[in-house]
Order: sequence, then C-alpha cells, then structure tokens
Amino acid sequence: MISILQTALELGLIGSLTVLALFLSYTMLNVCDLSTDGCFTLGAAVGAVVAIAGHPYLSLPAAMCAGVLSGFVTAVLQTKMGIDSLLSGIIVNTGLYSINIAVMGGSSLLNMNKTETVFTALKDALSETAFAGAHKTVVALAAVTLVIVFLALFLRTKLGLAIRATGDNPDMVRSSSINPAFTTIVGLCVSNAFTALSGCLLAQSQKSVSIDIGSGMVTIALASLLIGRAFAPRGGIPIRAVGAVVGAVVFRFVYAVALRFNMPAFMLKLVSSVIVIIAIAGPYLKSRYPELHRRMTHGKEAR
Amino acid sequence: MLTIRRISKTFNPGTVNAKTALRGLSLEVADGDFVSIIGANGAGKSTLFNAIAGSFFTDSGSIVLGGEDITLAPEYVRAKSIGRLFQDPMRGSAPGMTIEENLALAAGRGGWLSHVSKADKAAFRDRLALLGMGLEDRMQQPVGLLSGGQRQALTLMMATINPPKLLLLDEHTAALDPATAEKVLSLTKDIVESNRLTCLMVTHNMQSALDLGNRTLMMDQGDIIYDVAGAEREKLQVSDLLVLFREAAGKNLDNDRMLLS
Repeated sequence: MISILQTALELGLIGSLTVLALFLSYTMLNVCDLSTDGCFTLGAAVGAVVAIAGHPYLSLPAAMCAGVLSGFVTAVLQTKMGIDSLLSGIIVNTGLYSINIAVMGGSSLLNMNKTETVFTALKDALSETAFAGAHKTVVALAAVTLVIVFLALFLRTKLGLAIRATGDNPDMVRSSSINPAFTTIVGLCVSNAFTALSGCLLAQSQKSVSIDIGSGMVTIALASLLIGRAFAPRGGIPIRAVGAVVGAVVFRFVYAVALRFNMPAFMLKLVSSVIVIIAIAGPYLKSRYPELHRRMTHGKEAR
Repeated sequence: MLTIRRISKTFNPGTVNAKTALRGLSLEVADGDFVSIIGANGAGKSTLFNAIAGSFFTDSGSIVLGGEDITLAPEYVRAKSIGRLFQDPMRGSAPGMTIEENLALAAGRGGWLSHVSKADKAAFRDRLALLGMGLEDRMQQPVGLLSGGQRQALTLMMATINPPKLLLLDEHTAALDPATAEKVLSLTKDIVESNRLTCLMVTHNMQSALDLGNRTLMMDQGDIIYDVAGAEREKLQVSDLLVLFREAAGKNLDNDRMLLS
C-alpha cells in the first residue's frame, strides 16, 4: 500500500507540472489550451530521444524548448491568424501527432530500459542518503518547487501582471499600451514549456514513451486544477499554485485507492471527465436552481 | 496638440448596412484645451474617439498628435500618449487583480521583468489618497470589490498616472449615480487642471458641457456643426445650445438623455 501511495505521489507531482501549466494558461490567461495533450507527448518524445542519445540532463531543457515552440505556434495562430483559441489548440494537437512520431524516428513507442535518465542518474547520487528509495519523488518535488517559485516571482513582474490582466480584461491591457497578442504568446510559451517538462519527466520515470502518453492529459490536468481550487479558492499566487499541486496529488491518490478497490485502470479518463463536468457545471446549475424551483412551484402556491 | 484632417469612416461599406459615421471631419485642438463635445445619438462622437484612440483605422484623412502622425499606429501604441475613459466603469481595470497591481500596470515603470518597487507603492498610495475615497488603505484588495464610482475614479487615476498628451472622456460619468458622477467630474477637473492635460470630453449633460472646459463642439451626422470658445461661450445657456443646434442641423436635438437631464 505504501508503495502504491508513493507511486501516486510521484505521478501526482510529475503531472502537477501540467496542472501548473494550465494554472497559467487557463486560470491566469483565460485560454483553454487544447494543444496540451500533444505538447505533453512532444516533451516526452524529445526528452526521450535526447536521453537515449546520452544526455539525461540536457533532455529537460530540450523538452522545454520544444514546448515553447509548440506554445508559440498555438499562440500565433490565435493572436495573429484569426483562428479561434480552442480551434488553434486542436489544430496544433493534431499536427503534433505526426511531429511526435517523426521525433521518435517513425516509431510510436520508445523504450528507455537501459537509458540513463535524470532519475537513474540521481538514484546513484542519492543511494547513500536517506532519500535512497524515493529518488523519483525527490526529482519531481524539486521540479515542482522550482516551477512554483518561478511562477510566484514571474507573475509579480510587469510582464506577469500584464499576462494576468490579459485574461482578466484585455481592453485594459491595450489601454496600458501593452499588446495583448504579445502577452498571450509569452504566456502560452511558458505554460507549454511546463507541459513538455511534465511529459519528459513522466516518460523518463516510466522508462518508455508511447504516442498516446499524453492523451486525455488536458482533462486530467483540468480536473486536478479544479480539485486544487477547492483546496485554495483564494489567496496569493503561491498559495493557489500549491493548491493546484495538491489537487493533482489528491486526484492521483483517489485514483490509486479506486484501483485498489478493483476499479479497472481504463476508467481513469472517464473519472477525470466527470470531475471536470461536476466542477464546472456544478456552480452553474446551483446558480440556476432558484429559477428551476420557481418553475416547479409556479401555480402551486396557495391561491 | 491634436490635428485631425478630413477623416472619414464608413462601416460595412458596399452593403445595405453601410453607415458613414465620420464625414471628412477636421479638428484642431490646442495644447491645454479642454473641449466638451455634445450631439445627438449616432452623431459620431464615440466613433471620433475610437478613430483617435485607434480602435479602427480611418478610411481617409490623417490624425497627428503632438507632431507625430498616428493615423496608422496600432491602438496599444497610441495608448502611450492617449488616456481614455469609457461610460462603463468596468472597462478600465482588471477586476481579479489588486488596486496596486492595476496601478503598477498602468504606470508601466521599469522593464518587463521588474517588480513593483517600494517607492512606486508609496507613490500609488499618495495618489490614491488624493481621490478621498479611502482606496489608499485597500491597495491589496481586488478591484472587483470596488463600486462603479470608485472604479471609475481609479481608472481616471490609471489613465493619468503618466500624464498623457491627450485624455479622451467618453461619457465617463453617465453610468454613475448623480452624487458619484458629481464627485468623479470634480476629480476630473482637478486632475486635468493640475496636469494641464489636453482633453476631449463627450457628455450628454449640456450644463457640464458648458461648465467644464474652454471650448464646446456640437456634432451631427459625422461632422462638427458648431464650435464655440472664449467670450461667446461664456454667455451661452443650455437653452441657447438647443436653439443653435436646431439652426445648424436643421432639426431638434433628439438625444433623450439630454432632454431629460
């Protein structure tokens, strides 16, 4: 059971990088970035190829650069080419499927069983310390911490404020003599770098990449983000970012426990879909309830 | 300061919905002028502001601000030298961000990666205190919690924190209750005077059109039909404006809100 929980923690932490990416694009910039699935796989594929070539540490920045490129294309399509933001995400996602297979050398599966990854490299480094058995968790936790610190600092800069304002009131950004197209591009580049890093780490931790490693990731991350929002509904950026990570870990724990009670593994994506539906539709339906109540009781009052 | 030469704008050209909103309008505004603009619904007052601010490009003509031709400059570039307030108090500030963050964005000091400095915070505080609304003690609260009047006053502060070459006020008190509108209007007057701003103000209130500023324009069908300043303007009453409008436009001023106010 302990090992199951540890795996859940590790998967939650790695996946939370994607959740933090959506925290930036969905919560801050108000763009639902549907290229997330493809970008996640892109990061996994690029990271794996670089690691297999013998550069485990270089694989991380390489994956992030690939993510930046992917985010750049998605952003340019929606800000400069007049393509709807949801549609540009879908288009990039589709295009990335071919690119990802090309990156993996025409194969849809890469194996890293004998490859030196960031995890195996650190496993040796940590073997003498108290963290010996938890090297994967340590790596994931370090990455998550760095990303949260980065976000907390970045979103307080002038550029970060402009990105937040773009999601909040684009008119106001324009009148502050900042081009909202520019802030959207920067925001999506940064968020996709995190998504790709997330994919890269997941691939290396499970020592393989398949072309569908990222499928459904946007819904899973969104579910985690919305669970996280329940933990930290308000407060500063750092608190809400930590909330997002907690959401991702909780999601994985619940999933792990459900698997223990014989829920089939293929149910993961249905569960995440249902969570997203409940989290978004719930507040809406609640706000509609008085009207519904009025409809049902109309004409039945005492005359 | 502002020179507009024969600008025209037709929306939906070549269709049955074609509407010419500006017809070869020319306007010269001197440095430090405070111009009030009145006119019936659809006269082209807001269209004129949109043209100056760059919400769209005009079909012909040129716009020169402070010696710089801005006819084809994008909106966000013009925003460096033009401050603008809309009727809707919600349009000028980001509701999910704090007062301090909104002011920091409007001030736009420092490079892209700079944080708000202590000196800036102190300066924001002093500025907010001038509004007399107690906002200086609420700098860490989200702007969404403010009332319409407070938000419009904050927007006014944001638009003028770096004194712009030109301030455009598009019925910026019309959505506020009378007492708040009065307050925001007097703040406007103070800020415009103390910064010696050049300002154009659209208003539906004929009395404030005459009370505020040093020049009044009347617009109809996309052009300026009457332009008055100086001693002649001093003598004008609201009733005179109605008569003048009828003479210049050949019809009654039919802005319902004007007649009611």
